[in-house]
Amino acid sequence: MPTPSRYWREIPQRYRLEANACKSCGIKFFPPRQICPECGNKELEPDKLAEKGKILTYTVIRVPPHQFVDQAPFAVGIVELEDGVKLTGQIVDCDFEDLKIGKEVKIEFRKISQEGESGILCYGYKFVPV
Amino acid sequence: MEGIVGYGAYIPRNRIKVEEIAKVWGADAPSYKKGLMLEEKSVPSPDQDTITMAVEASKNALKRAKIDPLEIGAVYIGSESHPYAVKPSGTVLAEALGAIPEVHTADFEFACKAGTEGMFVALGLVKSGFIKYGLGVGADTSQGAPGDALEYSAAAGAAAFIFGKENIVAEIHETYAFMTDTPDFWRREYQYYPQHGGRFTGDPAYFKHVQGAALGIMKKAGMEPSDFTYVIFHQPNGKFPFRVGKMLGFKKEQIETGWLVNKLGNTYSGSSPLGLTAVLDIAKPGDKILLVSYGSGAGSDAFILEATKRIEEVQDLAAKTRSILEKNKKYLEYGEYAKFRRKIRKAE
Ligand SMILES: [Zn+2]
Repeated sequence: MPTPSRYWREIPQRYRLEANACKSCGIKFFPPRQICPECGNKELEPDKLAEKGKILTYTVIRVPPHQFVDQAPFAVGIVELEDGVKLTGQIVDCDFEDLKIGKEVKIEFRKISQEGESGILCYGYKFVPV
Repeated sequence: MEGIVGYGAYIPRNRIKVEEIAKVWGADAPSYKKGLMLEEKSVPSPDQDTITMAVEASKNALKRAKIDPLEIGAVYIGSESHPYAVKPSGTVLAEALGAIPEVHTADFEFACKAGTEGMFVALGLVKSGFIKYGLGVGADTSQGAPGDALEYSAAAGAAAFIFGKENIVAEIHETYAFMTDTPDFWRREYQYYPQHGGRFTGDPAYFKHVQGAALGIMKKAGMEPSDFTYVIFHQPNGKFPFRVGKMLGFKKEQIETGWLVNKLGNTYSGSSPLGLTAVLDIAKPGDKILLVSYGSGAGSDAFILEATKRIEEVQDLAAKTRSILEKNKKYLEYGEYAKFRRKIRKAE
């Protein structure tokens, strides 16, 4: 379970898909980096991830970590976004038999987990069929 | 001149039919369908709540407004199903949209009227010049007690409106509010389901306040029912909007476009605001629109709008409400619905 402080630190990425890109070679990083690992450039500019993409691969989780037990079974996939970034996330509002490699999905804002009946609610991105 | 700069809707894809609920409780589905003029209702997925739907509806409003979120000076969500008892919904919404940190945020509560309250206040701040843009959202994932008449209608959805003074798609000519203390529907702290006054929710509650607000705003503006192309009333069931419309002298054709309840259910704070999004989706420049909300407790907010030339430029920039309502539906059985809505008691 994320502590409130860890959840809070990741809000710009979880809520707004904030990334950055190297000013010299153009590569996009999510989460943002301080230094480009490709060319060593320290000048990176703020960027955002594309909100649509295609499923590269997926699996159905039936025995999840304890904080996701209520949600099982659920699908998790790697999606190649329109800007080329590959992002892992849950694929929801989709019957398992409709999951396909190459299927078009978009990002929606959803509840990711909750800490029991009294802890914080954690929000972020998930994929849904277009 | 101030008005709506952008608007957006969101409705979850799950539905449950009246027959499916009636079957479980041994109720007569045809009489419910006829009595409530209701066929099915929307149901949120387990990972959806007032906040997530408000974010999606507001993103659609931003697509139409085409403004920088940092210029939004106020973010208000009206709902009777805010996910936290203590901690604002509006901070999550403002953060998700990138409207932070120079933004005034508040959560409104007034049964089904909370959405238009947020709109009312956001508009007022824009009109006064305190802020450049203001966002008002009505969103709810309402629950009726199992087997109660409310269970057939309590639904989920959100509508968002960004107000401003430039590039508006619908000018707001007049506003009006009408309210009294009327205990027709309530939920006490720590209670899971609301209680209502049965037939008392009709004449002294819905009809008195909706009529009071509609008559009041038309008098203030010097207008009459025939001046409007469209009228949207709060939609707790299918019948009430048509009945109150008839009492006031509106025709069926003026009501139908914003009347979504037969396939959507009552989305509480989202109800009449979602009706307004469906009207704006097809409005032509010059069309005059009357919006009257209703919230138990009890009161109504009313707005007179006029679509501008820009309306046709923005209609296709985000998903239209009728298409969200009709496409990509998934029908649930009662068991799945009960699981989704956490009506089943599990081991800790
Ligand atoms: Zn580089």
